Amino acid sequence: MKGKKWYDYLWIGELCYLVLGLFNILFAWLGMLFFTIPLVIAIFGGSKAYCNRYCGRGQLLGILGKKLKLSRNQPPPRFLRSAWFRYGFLAFFMFMFGRMLYGTWKVFTGAPLSKTVTLLWAFKLPWQWSQVEGVAPWVAQYAFGFFGVMLTSTILGLLTMMLFRPRSWCVYCPMGTMTQGICRLKAKKEEAKDGRTGEEDCRTAQAAGQ
Amino acid sequence: MERIRKLARVGRECVACGQCAAVCPRGAIRVWRGVAARVEAGLCVGCGLCAAACPAAVITLEKRGEET
Repeated sequence: MKGKKWYDYLWIGELCYLVLGLFNILFAWLGMLFFTIPLVIAIFGGSKAYCNRYCGRGQLLGILGKKLKLSRNQPPPRFLRSAWFRYGFLAFFMFMFGRMLYGTWKVFTGAPLSKTVTLLWAFKLPWQWSQVEGVAPWVAQYAFGFFGVMLTSTILGLLTMMLFRPRSWCVYCPMGTMTQGICRLKAKKEEAKDGRTGEEDCRTAQAAGQ
Repeated sequence: MERIRKLARVGRECVACGQCAAVCPRGAIRVWRGVAARVEAGLCVGCGLCAAACPAAVITLEKRGEET
């Protein structure tokens, strides 16, 4: 059995993030790390190391599903892993993210701050207890919007964790889809440069193993 | 006694999450360039741990067709 590494405990960070955001919405800004780190790794490293090792959310879903046995552990429906659904969900997610950014822009240009967190893109939860004095209204508005995005994806992750396999969220996670797309493009570019395809690499490995 | 060994095969819809690589006791499966998981046939013992761990359920066990 492999020993545990430091990154096996990143689920604690994810849990802290969700709890801290409930007490002070400005902690939502820390979630930018969960967006930027995988992109940086994919763009500059050409890998999905973030998904493979460092994703605290995935680890948390794994623990809840496997160790706490909250998952039915059933294979997800086929459509969930289809390209049209994954890229469609990514497009929808980005569109809603863009709307959130537009809301932030409106507050930046003088619109009143809306102290609500939107869940599942439809349900506006009042979040009046949050203290946001001392920061620019647009900074607070972005935090409300971003925390809504993070909570929404957590709820979807928990739902699919319970219904299907623990880490079913990983199948359609927009960040995972985006980083895999970037890695695909990078791999294709490198293959074109090397004059060698991934399929050839795969066949060589299999031939060497047999 | 004849025994048909199995080999893990990764489907085209692999999302490269790396859960298979994390559970493989032989290090026979790894994520290739963030694109998809790849199985090294010589190392795979067909235990099926990767197939059980795959959240997308795209890993299947196939007959290797090798006799021991």
